[in-house]
Amino acid sequence: MKSNKVINRPALGRSPGQRLLRLIVDYRYLHLMVLPGVLFFLVFKYVPMYGIIIAFKNYKGAAGGFQAIMNAPWIGLKQFQIFFKSLYCERVFTNTIYLSFLRIIFSFPAPILLALMINEIRKSWFKRTVQTITYMPYFLSWVVVAGLLNTMLSPDNGAINLLIKSTGADPVYFLTSTSWFRPILVISEIWKNIGYGSIVYLAAITSIDQEQYEAARVDGANKFQQIIHITLPALSEIIAIMLILKIGRMFDDNFDQIYNLYSPSVYEVSDVFETYVYRNGIQQSKFSYSAAVGLVKSVLALAMIVFSNLASKKLGAQGLF
Amino acid sequence: MNGALTRGEKIFLVINNIIMVFICVLMIYPVLFVVGRSVTPEIERALHPLRLIPAYFDWSGYEFILASGSNIVNSYMTTIMRTLIGTTLNIIVTTLLAYPLSKQYYPLRKPLTAMIVFTMWFSGGLIPSFLLNKNLGLLNNFWVYILPSLVNAFNLIVMRNFFAQIPDSLEESAKLDGANDLRVFFSIYLPLSTASIATITLFYAVYHWNSWFDSMLYMNNKKMWTMQYTLRQLIDSATVSDITTVDASMDFIPPAETVRMATIVIATVPILCVYPFLQKYFVKGMLVGSVKG
Repeated sequence: MKSNKVINRPALGRSPGQRLLRLIVDYRYLHLMVLPGVLFFLVFKYVPMYGIIIAFKNYKGAAGGFQAIMNAPWIGLKQFQIFFKSLYCERVFTNTIYLSFLRIIFSFPAPILLALMINEIRKSWFKRTVQTITYMPYFLSWVVVAGLLNTMLSPDNGAINLLIKSTGADPVYFLTSTSWFRPILVISEIWKNIGYGSIVYLAAITSIDQEQYEAARVDGANKFQQIIHITLPALSEIIAIMLILKIGRMFDDNFDQIYNLYSPSVYEVSDVFETYVYRNGIQQSKFSYSAAVGLVKSVLALAMIVFSNLASKKLGAQGLF
Repeated sequence: MNGALTRGEKIFLVINNIIMVFICVLMIYPVLFVVGRSVTPEIERALHPLRLIPAYFDWSGYEFILASGSNIVNSYMTTIMRTLIGTTLNIIVTTLLAYPLSKQYYPLRKPLTAMIVFTMWFSGGLIPSFLLNKNLGLLNNFWVYILPSLVNAFNLIVMRNFFAQIPDSLEESAKLDGANDLRVFFSIYLPLSTASIATITLFYAVYHWNSWFDSMLYMNNKKMWTMQYTLRQLIDSATVSDITTVDASMDFIPPAETVRMATIVIATVPILCVYPFLQKYFVKGMLVGSVKG
């Protein structure tokens, strides 16, 4: 920072009060610029954090706005006890963790594979076309994807079931079957995000020194050996970072996806924190109870993210931001 | 890679290309299938259920949803308004906030950045936010689509990182000429950042275009539903007429399936037309935003 003298007007004053005044006056335009955004974060992000107090109160959605929330009686951890003792606690935990596990096993490697394959395409127009087409589903909403899935999987006239029926077999009720629902979640997530997810890996692959491949070819290495011994090691750092970020986000429930696809017949295998909180809080107005369940989730999510950031720092990469 | 390909490499390439074509078909087929069905007459749909292009076209689905008194047109307008107003305000507030946060010398840079990043890690959750918006009078209010999502922390970080890449020397020389921070921002930084602004514009616009959850939470009045939520209701319910019509009763209602398919198509087409042209921008934005360092 050799040039700070010009931009960084030194905020020197004789007393702390004058110094503070200088900090305000000297940077007045910058303060003005951040003001709307900072107000937004305070009102729409930090006030709800304060609103978590309703998890420790017995607020039943009485009229009277903020005052009614403030006046609601304190009940300590009772809502948490109710949740931890209920059958739903185990179901929600199991589903959240199991679905994250499936996502890490199946959805996580998919974009890496796609990036490796796209990288091997030699015609540049074909490469660009494949990229554009595989990015497309990322821009569709889960509402639309649910519409597409319904159309493809419907037992009466869905394309897949028409094929199944044409072989003489019985139609499969994919979206209402407890054994099919989770695979459908994983497959549809891969379908939607595989292309977009491959961007990071493709960028990392293009920065690999091409001479390494030439040398390997001279030594008689085939394509698979080149991928295993050159490409994957070069990607190992970015893969590790992305994996840690993914694990850090394991309590992100994919609410949009699950809510648009599930139905009561598959709650057993798909009900997660956010869907449960939504049904209890919004649909049944159990505000305090569902805020408590939401807080359990938020705290677990925070712990995972802090943990994963520490882990990625250990790996030598800068944490996320 | 120079030099002649070995036999093994040729086989590898062919197989790789075949798999790539297959994956592309998997990506496109469901979309084409829906487009085809939206113009397929019901009889033909029953006879040739897997055919992509019908023998003759039936536009009644589109005629129905685009007719006057149709709630689809209403929610389409709501979504367009929301995307235009919302994205504009998103960009204004995000760039204004990102600029000072990209300056090493700004004294509030660290505390404000920490305050914002913390919201990516921890949130009050659905219920407190819902009660807040309700108490702010945002129920059945168009601004509920705009205000609670005014700044996205991820997009803010993308923008801040872009600004930070612009060399300080430009700012210094402008300041020597007597320009203040606002001048520097508007006449130097913004013109140099059109590519990055295009990136976050796409991110914000896609968010607004695809959102449905806030309609479900906050809008009782179906005339103010967004497109995606109307579509959601349409997919969910067996009868289409109470969702698709406002007041005028239509003399003819096409099959529910046709109406659904046509609605999916018009809800999707604008984004599919736009994103290929912005590809290089979102690729760049994704890289700047996701992994720093």
